[in-house]
Amino acid sequence: MTAQTNDDPLFLYGQRFESRLLLGTSRYPSPTLLAAAVQRASPAMVTASLRRQTAVAGETGKPFWQLLKDLNVPVLPNTAGCHGIQEAITTAQMAREVFETDWIKLEVIGDDYTLQPDTLNLVTAAEQLIRDGFKVLPYTTDDLVLCQRLVDVGCQAVMPWAAPIGTGKGPINPYAMRLLRERLSVPLIVDAGLGRPSHACSVMEWGFDAVLLNTAVALAQDPVAMAGAFASATQAGRVAYLSGTMTEQESAQPSTPVLGTPFWHHTAN
Amino acid sequence: MKVLINQVVHDLPEGACLAQAIDAIDAKQPFAAAVNTHFVPRARYHQHLLHDGDHIEIISPVTGG
Repeated sequence: MTAQTNDDPLFLYGQRFESRLLLGTSRYPSPTLLAAAVQRASPAMVTASLRRQTAVAGETGKPFWQLLKDLNVPVLPNTAGCHGIQEAITTAQMAREVFETDWIKLEVIGDDYTLQPDTLNLVTAAEQLIRDGFKVLPYTTDDLVLCQRLVDVGCQAVMPWAAPIGTGKGPINPYAMRLLRERLSVPLIVDAGLGRPSHACSVMEWGFDAVLLNTAVALAQDPVAMAGAFASATQAGRVAYLSGTMTEQESAQPSTPVLGTPFWHHTAN
Repeated sequence: MKVLINQVVHDLPEGACLAQAIDAIDAKQPFAAAVNTHFVPRARYHQHLLHDGDHIEIISPVTGG
C-alpha cells in the first residue's frame, strides 16, 4: 500500500476505509480462488447475500460463513433479487441479524432482463431502511434526479451503475456519470458493469470515490491476478484525479523544446 | 396445520411457534427467519405463533455481488 493510499482514505457514513475497491464474492471458480483474490485486492468491503438454506446446494451455511470470517474484511450484505419494498426491507433486516452489521447494499430490481433498479420504489425502501438505522448503499442507475432523491432521504453515498450487472461493458453513458460527479458531493461508488481495469481507472479519473466489482474479477482466467490489476487501476485512477489531468488540445504540441533543434531550417544539399 | 417453509409444505401441530418450524427443517446456523415477508428476530422464535398457510423463509449467507 502506498503512502498516497494512507493519506487518502475513503469515508462512508463516517467510517474510514483504506481501500477504494469493494469486491463481490460470487461466481469464483473455487472458494480458494475467492479467498486469494480478496487477499490480493485488499478491498474495503466484500459483498455477500442470503438465500434459502435448501436453495443453493453446497454453498449455503457454514463453509462460506467460515470463509467470510477468515477473510477478516467488513461484509456488505446485499438485497439482490428483491423486487419490492417489503422484500428488500425484510431481507435487509435478516442480513443485519445474520451478518451483525448495519451496512446494506440496497437492490430493488425492476426488470429481470436488465436487472435495472426499480427507480420508483428504491427511494422509499432506502428512506425506510435509513429510518431503521441502516447505512444504505443504494444500487441505482445513473439518473441524476434519482440519485439526488436518494441523497435527500439520507443516503450518505450512492452507487450508480456503469452498465447492467455482469455485462462488463464499462461506462455506457460517460456523460451522465460525469454529470453525477459534477452535481453530487456525496461519495459515489460505481457499482456494476465494469469489465476491465481500464474502466475502473477511467471512472476514478472522473472523480468517483470507489468501485464495486464482482464478475470482472471472478470470471477472469486468473481471478487473483485480475483482482490485483483492478486494485492497481482503481488506485491509479484516484491518484490521477487528485493530480489533475491536463487539458485536452486539438492540435499537436511538441513536448521537446523546439528552440535549438539541430539542423533547424537547414537546406538539404 | 400446514405451513410453507422455504416453499416446501410441512405439517405442524396447531399453535406451533416459529422455533418448531425451524426445528422441522433442522436449520443450521447462521440463519435468519421471516414469516409472511416480515422479519422475526431470533429472540422471538418461541413467542411467534404460526397459523395455517403461513409462509416461512429461513435464509443463510451465500456468496453475492
